[in-house]
Amino acid sequence: MTTSPTEFSEPVAVAAGNAPAGRPSAASARDVARVLLRRPLALGGLVWIGLMVVLALFGTLIAPSGENDVDVPHMLQGPSGLHWFGTDELGRDVLSRVIIAAQPSLEVSVVSVGFALVAGVLLGLLAGYYGRFADSFIMRCMDILFAFPVMLLAIAIVAVLGAGIGNAMIAIAVVYTPIFARITRASVLSVREDVYVRAAVSIGVPDREIITRHILPNVAGPVIVQTSLSLGFAILTEAALSFLGLGVQPPQPSWGGMLYEAQGFMQQAWWMAVFPGLAIVLTVLSFNLVGDALRDVLDPRRRTQLEAAARP
Amino acid sequence: MLWIVGRRVAQLVIVLLGVTLVVFTLIHLVPGDPVRTALGIRFNPAIYAALRQRAGLDKPLVVQYFSYLGHAVTGDLGVSFQTGQPVTQILFQRLPATLSLAITGMIIGVVIALPLGVLAAVRHDTWVDSGARVISQLGVSVPDFFIGTLLILAFTGTAGSLPPSGYVSLTANPLEWGRHVLLPALAVGLVAASILTRFIRTAVLDELGRDYVRTAAAKGIPARIVLRRHVMRNAFVPVLTVVGIQLASLLGGVIVVEVLFAWPGLGLLTYQAVEQRDYPVLQGTVLLIAAIFIVVNLLVDLLYAVVDPRISLR
Repeated sequence: MTTSPTEFSEPVAVAAGNAPAGRPSAASARDVARVLLRRPLALGGLVWIGLMVVLALFGTLIAPSGENDVDVPHMLQGPSGLHWFGTDELGRDVLSRVIIAAQPSLEVSVVSVGFALVAGVLLGLLAGYYGRFADSFIMRCMDILFAFPVMLLAIAIVAVLGAGIGNAMIAIAVVYTPIFARITRASVLSVREDVYVRAAVSIGVPDREIITRHILPNVAGPVIVQTSLSLGFAILTEAALSFLGLGVQPPQPSWGGMLYEAQGFMQQAWWMAVFPGLAIVLTVLSFNLVGDALRDVLDPRRRTQLEAAARP
Repeated sequence: MLWIVGRRVAQLVIVLLGVTLVVFTLIHLVPGDPVRTALGIRFNPAIYAALRQRAGLDKPLVVQYFSYLGHAVTGDLGVSFQTGQPVTQILFQRLPATLSLAITGMIIGVVIALPLGVLAAVRHDTWVDSGARVISQLGVSVPDFFIGTLLILAFTGTAGSLPPSGYVSLTANPLEWGRHVLLPALAVGLVAASILTRFIRTAVLDELGRDYVRTAAAKGIPARIVLRRHVMRNAFVPVLTVVGIQLASLLGGVIVVEVLFAWPGLGLLTYQAVEQRDYPVLQGTVLLIAAIFIVVNLLVDLLYAVVDPRISLR
C-alpha cells in the first residue's frame, strides 16, 4: 500500500479505520479467509458455489445423460438408482437437466451482475467524486430506476426487447446497476473529504491517480459484499424470468424453466419441481451466506453493530 | 412539518415524471412496429391505422410523450391493443385481487415474524435465535414461486382440499375467497416473514441493550412489562419502515405468484400483456405498480417521522 506522496501514507492507515470500508490489503484478505473458514455455514456456501461453478463449466461431461435425451417409455418415473432425481414427462433424466442448467443460471447471473458492477461503480464514482451536476443527474436517474420493483422492471425490459437469455442479462444488469451506483457514491463521499485525499488534491495528484489509489480501495469492501448478494438475487430473478418463459428458452434446461414445466405434472411427479427448486434455493442461499460473512469482515460499521448487538 | 411534506411530495412528482418517461420509452424499444407486432396474424390495415393513431404513434416523439403525459394525468392510459377496452378500466378491475393478496400476505408475514423476531432477540445466542436466523436466511433465498409450488404439492389434489388456483371475490363469497387466497398469500407471506423476522430481531436487540432497559430492570420492573411497554414500542419504529417497504414490494412484485395461482391481479395482467404483446396494457400496469410502490414508500417515510419525532426528514 504505497501511496505516491509517502508523507501521506500514515493518514491513509488512520483514515481507513473510520472509513466504511476496509482496505483489501494482505491482512484483510487473511481476515476474509479466516472468517470464512471459521463459519461452517459460509464455508458450506463457498463449497456449494465451487461445485456449481464446476457443474457450469463441465456439466455436459459430468451429467449421466444428455439434457434432451428423450426416453418416452420411462417417462415420469420417480427417483431410483438409475435416475436419482427421476424422469420428466418426456423421460429425460431430471438430474442431468439440473446439472446442465447450472450453466445458464450462473452465466446470466455472473454476466449481468458483472455489467451492473462496472456500470454502477463508474456512475457512482462520477457522481461521488465530481459532485454537482454529474451527481444530481446520475443519482436522479438511479432514483427513477430504483422506483420500480426489480421483477417488474426486469419483466418489462425483456418483454419489450424479446424473450431470451441475452435480453434477460441486459434486463438484470439494468435493474442491479442503481444499487452499485448508490453504494459506490456513498463510499466515495465518505472518503472524499478525508485529510489524505484533500492533501493529495492540494499537491496536485491527478484525479485518475487519486481515484485508483485512494478512492477505489475504500469502495472495494462494500462493493464486494454487494456483488456476492447480487449474484444470488440475480439467480432468483433469472429463475423467475425463465419460469415466465422470458429467460432461457426451451429445450435448453434452466432451473426456473424446469419448475414451470413441472406445473402440469404436480400430482404425478413432485420430483420434477422439487429438485430444480432446491438447486435454486441452495445456490442463492450460498451466495447470501458468503455475502453476509464478507460483510462482517469488510464493513467495520457492520462489525461495530454486530459487536454492539452481542453485548450482554 | 408541512414544508417537509411539500418537499417530499415535490421530489415524488419528479421521480414519477421520470417513471412516466421510462414507461413511455418502453413501447419505443420494441424492435420494429409495436402495433404490427401486437396484431401478428390478425393484421388488418384499417385496425392497424386506427390503433396507431389512437396510440399516437404517428406523431413526433416529443409530442407523443407530452400527449401521453397529459392523458395519463387525466387517467387516460390508452386502449388495449387486444380488446379495445380502456387500460384504466382494466387496471381497476384487477386492483382488488392484488390488494387482497398483498394485504393478506403481509398479515401472515407479520403474524409469523413478530413473535419469532422478538423471541430470537430476547433469547439471543440460544438455539431459538440460531433457528430463527437460519429460517430467515433460508426464507430470503427461496423464490416465492417455489414455496407456492411446494404448497400446491402439500395442500391440493389428493393431499389436501385447497384449490390450487383461481379467484373468488371477497365481497361475493368471503369463505371461498379465504380458501383461494390462503396458498398464494402463504407463498408471499412466508418470504415477507423471513425478511421481517431479521429486522424485528435486530430492532428489539438494539433496544434491549439501552440504558433505560437496565434502569427499568434495576427498579424491579418485571422483564415482561419492560419488553411490552418500552422495548417493543421503541423497536416498532424501524420495523414499521420494513413492513411498509415489504407491503410496497408485495403490491408490485407478486407477478410470478399470481401467474402460478392464476390470481387475476395486476401481476397476472402484466404477464398476459407481455404474452399478448399488448403494450398499452403493459405500460399501464408498470406505471400503476411503480406509482403505488413510490407512494407507499413516501407514506412510510412520513409515518416514520410522525411516530418518532427524533427523526427529521431532509
